[in-house]
Amino acid sequence: MNGRSRLELVCPAGTPAALRTAITAGADTVYCGYRDETNARNFPGLNFSRVEMEASIAHAHDRETKVFVAINTFPRPGDAKPWHDAIDDSVKFGADALILADLGLLAYATDRYPHVRRHLSVQAAAANPDSIAFYVRHFGVRRIVLPRVLTIQEIASINKEIECETEAFVFGSLCVMAEGRCSLSSYVTGKSPNLNGVCSPASHAIYRQEGSEMASALGPFTIQRVGLDVSAPYPTVCKGYFTAATYEGHVFEDPASLDASALIPQLATAGVTGLKIEGRQRSRAYVDAVVHKLRRIVDDYAAGLEIQAGCLSQLSEGQNTTHGAYRKTWR
Amino acid sequence: MKIDARVAALPTWIGFPVRALPLPIINLAFGRLVASIKCRHPELLERLGTHASARFLIDPTDLPLQFLIQPDRDNPVQAYHPSFRCDWDARVSGPLGALIAMVNGELDGDALFFSREVTIEGSTEAILALRNAIDAAEVELASEAIALCGPLKPLAEETAHFLLPILRRWSGVDLARQRVQTA
Amino acid sequence: MMTPSINQRVALTMGPVLFNWPVENWSDFYAQLADEAAIDLVYLGEVVCSKRTPFYLRAMADAVGRLQRGGKTVALSTLALITLMRERKECAELISSGGCEIEVNDLTALANWDKGEPFHIGPYVNVYNEGTLAFLAGLGASSVCLPPELPFQAVESLAAKSHALGIGCEVWSFGRTPLAISGRCYHARIDGLTKDACQFGCARDSDGLEVSTLNGKGFLAINGVQTLSYTYSNVITHVDRLEAAGVTALRLSPHSFNMRDVSRAFRDRLDKRIDSEEALSRIQTICGPVSFSNGFLFGEAGLEMVTSPD
Repeated sequence: MNGRSRLELVCPAGTPAALRTAITAGADTVYCGYRDETNARNFPGLNFSRVEMEASIAHAHDRETKVFVAINTFPRPGDAKPWHDAIDDSVKFGADALILADLGLLAYATDRYPHVRRHLSVQAAAANPDSIAFYVRHFGVRRIVLPRVLTIQEIASINKEIECETEAFVFGSLCVMAEGRCSLSSYVTGKSPNLNGVCSPASHAIYRQEGSEMASALGPFTIQRVGLDVSAPYPTVCKGYFTAATYEGHVFEDPASLDASALIPQLATAGVTGLKIEGRQRSRAYVDAVVHKLRRIVDDYAAGLEIQAGCLSQLSEGQNTTHGAYRKTWR
Repeated sequence: MKIDARVAALPTWIGFPVRALPLPIINLAFGRLVASIKCRHPELLERLGTHASARFLIDPTDLPLQFLIQPDRDNPVQAYHPSFRCDWDARVSGPLGALIAMVNGELDGDALFFSREVTIEGSTEAILALRNAIDAAEVELASEAIALCGPLKPLAEETAHFLLPILRRWSGVDLARQRVQTA
Repeated sequence: MMTPSINQRVALTMGPVLFNWPVENWSDFYAQLADEAAIDLVYLGEVVCSKRTPFYLRAMADAVGRLQRGGKTVALSTLALITLMRERKECAELISSGGCEIEVNDLTALANWDKGEPFHIGPYVNVYNEGTLAFLAGLGASSVCLPPELPFQAVESLAAKSHALGIGCEVWSFGRTPLAISGRCYHARIDGLTKDACQFGCARDSDGLEVSTLNGKGFLAINGVQTLSYTYSNVITHVDRLEAAGVTALRLSPHSFNMRDVSRAFRDRLDKRIDSEEALSRIQTICGPVSFSNGFLFGEAGLEMVTSPD
């Protein structure tokens, strides 16, 4: 009666238990990856074995929930087999879409499985209608995950011009750099999101108490020092406290996360199809809390009710949230 | 950006009876609990991978005990008094209630870390692997303790049903998973 | 997986100036480069920030003319991250300007590309494997400058594949390495401004502005929306291995040092007139007290510098 669309809630599942939690909490779709370098959350103890993926997809389908499989890193030369296997197996298990970034993998999937949905990962950093059209033209991608560098107005313009669907991040960790095009982590640690599926890897994260302060370091660099009564930051390479000329502070980004739940109505009006929650590396408790909250907001919006946003800051890095790039002042 | 303590510490009087308990008894009890968890959740060790041989020091800040857990050993738990200096690869400390709530999947580990209720030291990678493995295994300590009782399970369940709320009121510690708290 | 040594002189290219240099300095740089024998191909164009483009527009035609008269091949580079409508239009205009080859740094440029028309792939496009290289070659790519983060193994495989496809393979060889690009301007941010209202603070720093940790350790460098390494990439000590891999060109990225002297050191090394040690020493003298790095090539942290021979 009010013409409001019901946005698709796309939820992270780092483990089969998190997948089940997300579904119970009201996810329309879950996204997950395999236990190897084929996806951009290749963390210790995380992700799905082949057996778990097959069972989880079946579980999800039984409950009318879709599953997207993230195979969004970039294969090494001479070693594309793990990525090809991941694509082959996901299709075999009935995945609803493959989330890809590498041109070679997009070509492989388009060629082998033309009828399986291909979604473009945020790792492809397709930030305007022309680059999106490139991917639609050559690979028939049906949905783009929008890079987190766009304002809502830009998203609205993009949606008017393109033929495919868009998905926008609504909650979770923020990446300030164009994703899939960042070597900060590999400059410091030798481990890269693109090649290894990790950024600022735990293997290089060090916490030391220094007198009355806590220092967090990544490899040889102190990323932050805080007093004992302030929230502790993980030493993400771009979220630290640095100096540049006379400036001292968070040169690149504050250690805050995205909470754009209050902007859901504007994202809907901008023509976005899906709302993506970041956090495959987070716990079931996080997934349950965030999915419940956002499910409520999405349903309230669709029903024409006023939404109740906010209140999830404890789950956010720095115990602080931001609207990220959605507001132009972020630039 | 001050933190709001969300998990209350145990009352200090708990220290007295705990200190009185002989360490071998504690080792036996917790060792059996952890061994049972390993048995009932074989995927836990599998997810830990190479970190299964790491030495995790779990240090409840409101209990005069610390626990060294080495998951792949037959006797995975060694309890020590706080003054004892042992070698460890990764250390997790915080109020007992917070640590248990993390294991039970009731509170988010990262949120506890952000608010400094739980602090970590040493191999962040090992701690991440442990956190992810436990979360994936859907461990609930009350159920695991009841499962230890074998044929007495029904009686244990009834007892737990009676005792756990009392325990919760006295100590703030929840051994059973409640409805996950939203902020 | 190394191809036999290709009987072909490894070329030296000069990448586009990444920094906001005063137009006069920019023009002088290209005027001098026109006479520099050591350099074969020159890329120019605004790669980082479209707000700078208007300042160079007029000077660009002159620079291109001078370089071409000096016998240099010239390619025009697109922006690395295209978002605005204005930027899309400018990219289309660059492509249709004719007369020069195009270096594609953002796939936006290929949106309406005529299949088969040649183009260069810049180091900002993710060419990590043979599948991607083959796909782009199919669209018309005539050369690729590999992402600086790739290790030797990958360089060797991709150089071999490039050779098989008949396209050139270039490697980032000197200069602060581009590590990230953003929608947010860091120069503006530290000035308390936003990108739209910036006052071209980036013009203060001709080699990028150094970012240090609280312990005073040099960490990164910022250049508007671009983040670069603090260290200067320098592959001079491993040129033989790159040549043996079948790399067809080494790219030097312009800084405020005497780039002509830097290019001559590379040319002398490539032509085996001097050895690695002497070449490194010459470049260190030219650049002053800066730190070099080549860690990416060895699969290590990019900031590392490996000088031991292979």
